[in-house]
Amino acid sequence: MAKLSVSHLLGIKHLNLEDINLIFNTADHFKEVINRPIKKVPSLRDITIANLFFENSTRTKLSFELAEKRLSADIINFSAGQSSVKKGESLIDTANNILSMKVDIIVMRHPNEGAGDFLAKHVNARIINAGDGAHEHPTQALLDSFSIREKLGEVKGKKIVIIGDILHSRVALSNIYALQLQGAEVKLCGPTTLIPKYITKLGVSYEKNLRKALEWCDVANVLRVQHERMDIKYFPSVREYTQLFGINKELLNSINKEIIIMHPGPINRGVELTSDVADSKQSIILNQVENGVAIRMAVIYLLAQQINRD
Amino acid sequence: MAKKTLLNEKEIFIILNRLACQLIENHQDFSNTILIGIQPRGVFLANRLVKILENDYHIKNIKLGKLDITFYRDDFRRREDPLQASSTDINFIVDNKNVVFIDDVLFSGRSIRAALTAIQAFGRPKNIELLVLIDRRFSRHLPIQPDYKGRQVDVIKDEQVKVEWRENNLKDKVCIVNSGS
Repeated sequence: MAKLSVSHLLGIKHLNLEDINLIFNTADHFKEVINRPIKKVPSLRDITIANLFFENSTRTKLSFELAEKRLSADIINFSAGQSSVKKGESLIDTANNILSMKVDIIVMRHPNEGAGDFLAKHVNARIINAGDGAHEHPTQALLDSFSIREKLGEVKGKKIVIIGDILHSRVALSNIYALQLQGAEVKLCGPTTLIPKYITKLGVSYEKNLRKALEWCDVANVLRVQHERMDIKYFPSVREYTQLFGINKELLNSINKEIIIMHPGPINRGVELTSDVADSKQSIILNQVENGVAIRMAVIYLLAQQINRD
Repeated sequence: MAKKTLLNEKEIFIILNRLACQLIENHQDFSNTILIGIQPRGVFLANRLVKILENDYHIKNIKLGKLDITFYRDDFRRREDPLQASSTDINFIVDNKNVVFIDDVLFSGRSIRAALTAIQAFGRPKNIELLVLIDRRFSRHLPIQPDYKGRQVDVIKDEQVKVEWRENNLKDKVCIVNSGS
């Protein structure tokens, strides 16, 4: 019967194809739920979830919170900015303190890679990784694939190009794992300085020329340039980046087919995408946000199903 | 596994026609009535009743919905196999309407309890009735009784009532399966 093969969602790397299909089928039902006049189901009445955000987030945090509320779970929120972490408390101590308040699931975003895996080994709760450094962001990759599946019918056999700052992107890595698992072809495009050296070992190809990449693909997933993670200069100027890797309407129209534009947000308008592209009919950026709630509801629901009260 | 037939194809045919007539008695032209099949198995019965009402009694525009109760169940995480949801398909607001829940077997009453909660997400019905093909007497956990019933049976706990529909490539049949022996 349908059951996830994992007890935490730490990364797409640990999932198999059946897990992804189960999450998508469950999310289909929740998408119907969140479009009802009353958008709430009582499934998780006796579950408490802690959202631990050690790094800034708006969309992901709101999306998780909304998903938890739609499932009727009790939630507590924690942001590193206003907490004892500033006073020097360790991650395990923070988590254990929160757990002694009887928390069943922890949703965590952390600036360090592997923070979720570490927590999963040391505390007794289900962990959902909401982004750990430049490692993985599994729910984002799931909602991206779910949006492609919704728009194109299936992910298998589709050609997806991920454009931009691959080096600092957890979205890129999770997306590569998720898309390959579902049988899609993945190409990367961006300044060579922002492409990790051994990334092609994962079985993805690289294209330096944006036009060629767009002509090849069915879907373009455009990433944000993460200025805040760049300690050195990776490209000469934003202007040059925009000229070489920014997508504008003119470029999009000059391609002979209608490709789909995705972006995990927040968009730097005028840098990686111009406004007329971001708001065009080809863009499914806002569908991604809506699907994010349904996907997170599905993940939380399926993990909560494994918690045994007896 | 012992299997005993409770109702055969002909008996089911007669019962379905009677249930359809009883619905007409209370709901006349169905203009203010909504039939709701409880997923997954109540939907077969609901479809069949609508077909009879439309073809044999020429009632038009019957509103039929499907309601999935998975997310409203009270045994979430209390059972071995995980629950799998079916689709909910209700394209209308049930505010001020007469709602009839349709399910194949009424046993503990817990599914209907969940359905009563679930339907609230679609508005406040004027009243709710319950139609079942098989009513398992003396097995209720909750104070829930059917308004329309095909056949009442007394079955011990180890026995299971199975309803088979020809839509599933089987013959219409209701049988009692003894899982104990």
